This record gives sequence, C-alpha cells and structure tokens, in this order.
Amino acid sequence: MLPNPGSPGGLMAGTPTSLLSDLRPGDRAEVVAIAGEPALVQRLYEFGLLEGDCVEIVALAPLGDPIELRIGNTRLSLRKSEAAGITVKIT
Amino acid sequence: MLTKTLTVALVGNPNTGKSTLFNALSGLRQRVGNYPGVTVEMKKGHFFTGNTTISLIDLPGTYSLAARSPDEMVAVDLLLGRRPEEPRPDVVLSIVDATNLDRHLFLTCQLLDLGEPVVVAVNMMDAAAAQGIKIDCTRLSSLLGVPVVPIQANQGVGLDQLTAAICDAAESRFEPTGPVFPQQFNEEVEKLQDELGGEVSQFLTRRLLLDVGGYVEQWSLQLHGEQLKTSLLEARQRLAEAGTPVPAVEARTRFNWVREIVAAAVTKPRTRPITWSDRLDKVLTHRVWGTLAFLAVMFLMFQSIFLWAKPLMDQIDGLREWVAGSVEASLSPGPLRGLLVDGVIKGVGSVLIFLPQILILFGFVAILEDCGYMARAAFLMDRLMSRCGLSGKSFIPMLSSVACAVPGIMAARVIENRRDRLATIVVAPLMSCSARLPVYVLLIGAFLKEGYSVWLPGLVLFGLYMIGFVVAPLVALLLKRTVLKGETPLFLMELPAYRRPKLFAVIRRMLEAGWAFVLRAGTIILAAMILVWALLYFPYTDANGTPYSERIAAIEAAPDADSAEADRLRGEWMRGSYLGRTGIALEPLFRPLGWDWKIGMAAIASFPAREVIVGTLGLIYDVGDVDTGAIGDETADEDARKKAEGLAQAVKSDWASDPVRGPYGVSVALSVMVFFALCCQCASTLAVIRRETRSWAWPAFTFAYMTILAYFAALVVFQVGAWLTDLLKGPV
Repeated sequence: MLPNPGSPGGLMAGTPTSLLSDLRPGDRAEVVAIAGEPALVQRLYEFGLLEGDCVEIVALAPLGDPIELRIGNTRLSLRKSEAAGITVKIT
Repeated sequence: MLTKTLTVALVGNPNTGKSTLFNALSGLRQRVGNYPGVTVEMKKGHFFTGNTTISLIDLPGTYSLAARSPDEMVAVDLLLGRRPEEPRPDVVLSIVDATNLDRHLFLTCQLLDLGEPVVVAVNMMDAAAAQGIKIDCTRLSSLLGVPVVPIQANQGVGLDQLTAAICDAAESRFEPTGPVFPQQFNEEVEKLQDELGGEVSQFLTRRLLLDVGGYVEQWSLQLHGEQLKTSLLEARQRLAEAGTPVPAVEARTRFNWVREIVAAAVTKPRTRPITWSDRLDKVLTHRVWGTLAFLAVMFLMFQSIFLWAKPLMDQIDGLREWVAGSVEASLSPGPLRGLLVDGVIKGVGSVLIFLPQILILFGFVAILEDCGYMARAAFLMDRLMSRCGLSGKSFIPMLSSVACAVPGIMAARVIENRRDRLATIVVAPLMSCSARLPVYVLLIGAFLKEGYSVWLPGLVLFGLYMIGFVVAPLVALLLKRTVLKGETPLFLMELPAYRRPKLFAVIRRMLEAGWAFVLRAGTIILAAMILVWALLYFPYTDANGTPYSERIAAIEAAPDADSAEADRLRGEWMRGSYLGRTGIALEPLFRPLGWDWKIGMAAIASFPAREVIVGTLGLIYDVGDVDTGAIGDETADEDARKKAEGLAQAVKSDWASDPVRGPYGVSVALSVMVFFALCCQCASTLAVIRRETRSWAWPAFTFAYMTILAYFAALVVFQVGAWLTDLLKGPV
C-alpha cells in the first residue's frame, strides 16, 4: 500500500516528514511519496521525480506561489496546491 | 535511377533543440501540416541523401506518449500509422539533451515500444562537456539496442552521420525492445487485449491501462462502455495490491532501465557543478530581483512595440497614401477608382500596418522563449493570473494586447491548455489598444479640456485604460466558470536551462508570424474593408442621377475651389449611402446611449477598425477626411491639425445645438468613449481570432459579448451622467 500523503509520518513512523509545499528556498529533501490527481502524478513521474529521489527548492515566486524545484538537471515550476501531494523527508 | 522516400518522425522533449535540428536538416524545404479536428500544427520538411528522399515530420515537443487530449493523441496516432493523412514512419528519430540524458531517455524508452526502428540523436554535446559529462555513445548504443549519434544541431555537427544512421536503420528494419515490465502488468495487458477483441495493439492497451483518465481511456470507454470501465478499475486495483500501481509502474520500470544504462555509459563529475542556469535563476526567479528584472523586460518589450513600430507604421501609411494618390491621379472618378482607392488600397494598407507590431512582438516572444525566460515570466506571474482563472502563461498575450490585440492574440499560442488559451484570446481585445487612443483624444479634447482642471483629461484617459485592466480579468473569470469550465489545468512546467537565442531562429519566427497574419487574417480584413467601402459608396448618384464624385471633382477643378462645398457634398453622399440610411434607421437604438444617427453611423462604419470613426465623423460633419494620425499630434502638419481641431469643434457645436442632447455633451462623449473601450469594432482582431481558433464561432462570440457589454456600459454611463448633470444644474 502507498503511504497516506499529507499525514506526516504515515509511511515510516518515527521519521519526520513534511509536505513539499511547506519547504523554503534552499531546502533539500528526499521524496517519500507522490499523490494527487492522476494526471499530475503521472507528469511528475515522467519528469523523473520518483520516490527516493532528491529535490532542491530553488525559489518561490513573488507572491509565494508557485515553487521552483530542481531534480538533477531538471527545473520544474509547480503550484503549492500541486506540491501539497508530495511527501518529503528533509535531508 | 529509382529514388525511394523514407518517412521519418522527429520526436523529443520541448527545449531539446528539436526545431533547430529540423531546420538544419530540411532548410527551407518545409511546410506546415494541419490535421482535422485538432489545433496542432506539425511541420513537414524533406531533404535528399544519395538517391533517397527523406520526408521529415516534426512532432510537437512532448515529455511522454501518455496522451491526455486529442491534440497529444495526434502525435501518437501518427507514430502508429493511424492517421490517414500520413504514412507510418519508417524510422523514429529521438532527439535527447546530453546534459539531461536520464530524463530524456524516458521518452526514447517509450518510443522503443512502437515496433519501429529508432535512431537516437544526442544533442548539445558541448554543453554536456562543459559540465564535465562524458558520454560513451558506442556503449550507449549497444545498451539501448539502437543507433546513437552525437550531434550539435546549432552548428550542424554530426548531421551526415545522423542521416546515414537513419538510412541504415530503415534498411535493417530492426525492431528494438525496451525494458521488460513486471509479470503481473503484462498479464493484465494481455487480459485487457483479449477483452477488447484483439483489435487493439499492445502499445495502446498498455497506454489504456497506464494513463488514468487519459485519451486512450476516454476513447475506449466510448466504444466499449461500462463493462470495460469495471475491468479497467479491477485491473488497476490488482496491480496496486501487487505493489506495481499505475502509473508508477511505468516510471519505475523505465527509469530503472534508463538509469542503469546511463550509469554504465556516462561519467559525470562527483558533485554537480554550478551551472549558468543556477546562477541566473538565483537572480531571475528571486522574489525581489526577479520581479524587478521582469518589470524591466516587460517595459522594454512594451516600449518597443509602441515606439519602434511607430515610424515603420507611419512609413507604411505614407506608402499607402502615395499609392492611393497615384491611382487617384491616373483614373477617372467612378466606382472602380473608389473600389481601388478606398476599398483595396485602404484594405491592404490596414493589413500591412499591423506588421511592424507583429514582427517586433514575435521577435521578443522568440527571444524570450529561446533563451528560456518565457517559462520564468509565467512562473513569476502565475499567482496573479490564477486569480482570474488563468495561468502565468496568459500574461504576455494580455500585456501585448495593450499595444494591439492582433499580435497579442497570436502570442496566446504559447498557452498549451485549450480552455486557458481560448479565454485569453476572447478577453485580449478588451485591453485598451492603441487604436482606441485617437477616439479618446478627439472626444476628451472637444469636451473635457476647456473649463476643466488640467488633470481631468489625463485622469479620464487613465480611467478608460483601467476599464480594460479591470473588465478583462473579470470576463476571463466568468468564462472559466461557465462556457470554458473544466478542471484546473496542471501548471507543472519545466523551466528550461538558459540558452543563447539564435538570431536566425528568431528572424524565422518573426517572418512566420508575419506571413501567417498577412496570408490568413489579411484576406478577411480586406474583405471587410471592401464591404464597408461598398456600403458607404453606393448609391453614388444624387437625386438627379449625377455621380457625387463628378460634382466634387468639378468643384475642386474650378480655379476658386470651394473646399467647404466639396466637404458638404461628401457628407451628403455619405448620409445617403446604404450605411448612412442604416444609421438613420437605427437611431432609436442609439438614443438611450445619448447618440444621434451621426455617431451611430460612424460607430457602425468603424467596424473594420476603431480609428476609422474619426475619419467617418469628419466626413459626416462636412469637414472632410480627417487624418487620424493628426489627432493630438503636435508635430502633424498645420493643415491636418486644423482639420482635426475643426472636427472637435464641429462635433462640440453640433452637440451643443441639439435641443435634447445639448446640455449633456460630456455624458455623450463619455458614453462614446466607454463604448469604444469595450466594443470589438476591429475586423483584424476578429479575423485573427478566426485564424487562431479555426472556427467562426469564437470571433462571433467575441463580437457579440463585447458589443452587448459596450452597449449597456455606454447606456449606464449616459443615463447616470445625464441624471447627474440635471442634479447639479437643477433648481436650487
């Protein structure tokens, strides 16, 4: 079973997890689980964002939304509402 | 010697240098292919090698073959040979970015399942080398099982080897295979295939199972109904329970395979070096510096559309007048001369006049897209635009529309989501474009200058511009909640690495945009101009059957030419024309707005373009043909300026002498200006909407909603204005 996203610690009780949408610029994290709309989840996978991969928050847009994200050499922009389905572990 | 033709499909992620490779291979031998039922355009080109003609199809940039819309499905259908217009490709050419191989090979991996020969072109080898990434293409080729050619598309390096590899691959007919999917998954695919009666290929059945709510699913459910829906749900449930849920199973299977191969064939530095893109993004997507840089870029773009285009537009206008003058001098007065001078030449002129703005804006759009800044602009503006139901991608089209809606609507092509794009196109004409300015300046000058504070004209002008900025987002929001209702599109987008834009590519984009406008919108604009000309020209004889043009020519030929009498005759001619009669007949409709038939008729006659109202009013008020450019222009020649001022005076005194409207001059002026702020009296805008949406329904809708909106806004403005006037002047 996939972990229940949005409930920190759903998968690995004891490991503190947070939502990607709560991270600040400069933070690095490891992806624990990806949930959300099927189309969004699939697109994230296609961009090479898999469970276990590392992401870095590069910037927040002027009004605090959307987020700029870096995975390897790929940079993505996604809205906070879209990032809220991604559970991460800050590294 | 017999020649043979190979069909090659070019596939790759956006920003891979795909178009550069396409242009490098096919040069100028290319054309745009349209496909029925969808809005995508694919470029097709061809080139020769030995005795082989290679016909190359440039598919739209995509990250995956998981189609979610009919537009995305065109590419998949084309690759599978399911489009009747195109043969199945002999070879699939997969272009990938050397600096980001893992991710780009995901799409290549999907292409391996098509059952067609695949050739991989690894582009931007120099950028990879600069980052310390070494790619062993021979090893990569043997691991992927397909030919791999390193290239440098922007310098034309490796193209001969690539062509040779394509020919060899077509010859060998070797069908590659990708990674093996988990056993459970393959079993579910087989079961589904059986259920569908064996007529659906394995490739599409996999997509049916993997793409939840995707296009293949929508299309299959229409054919097979509830039964399939249930089995699909159960199959996905079983896969989730077995630990191989969709769509993760595809990403895991493919990326595991790809990453293993890349690890074996590519050496990367231990720590990722800081790239130029990292450094630039530190500034350009920063909350403060990024916003300032964005404002500077937008200001530069906006200024240049206004300022750089102006001299060019004046020259085009001058040329048009010169041609019109020459024709006028060499032909005798009559319907033919009228058609040529006021219909055709004016029409062609009014098409060409847009070219400078279109070329400049598309130059900017091409540079911003090629260098990777466009995505950053959308990133910065997204929050603001999402408040009116749109996304950051709508910002540049909307802003450009403040200069002119025509290039603005064309710039909406950068928006992938159909509903967002339509909403942007439909509200763009509400932004106050430069063609409204002459109307504003004329009426403000006549009614709001003398006897009022020096601040008032500026404030009113500002208010009129604000109408567009306020109403456009509101209408967009309304549309997104009603006719264009649907799921919020994904905003998730790639912010590509910054690259130096190529001059040749930028010029190419500018010319393509200009050509598309002239060819496809120009014809409609010309037709509208000729129609309005005809309605104003006929009947062209007075009560005695003498043509007006002869009488005017006779007066002007006399040694003591009475130009006032000639202007009076022109006015009489216009009032008697079909359009003039319509204006007079429709007067009851304009009354509630405080308009008489003169304004009503001028408003109708300005259908080809708003600024035409100035010239038409000039003719109706018997002051002759007023040069729109001279309105408010201190540098215009004296005669033109006098005529413009004369018109303002004529309008003012005529309105003041009207017993009903007399005291309400200011309200009438405001009512006319508000009407023109909101209406869609612009044939070019409608023609370009027709071209961009490929349907007459959207221009018709735009015209209807804007005219209704304009009518009622003008009605309210006049009625409230008149009431206030009475209140202020009422008995004390």
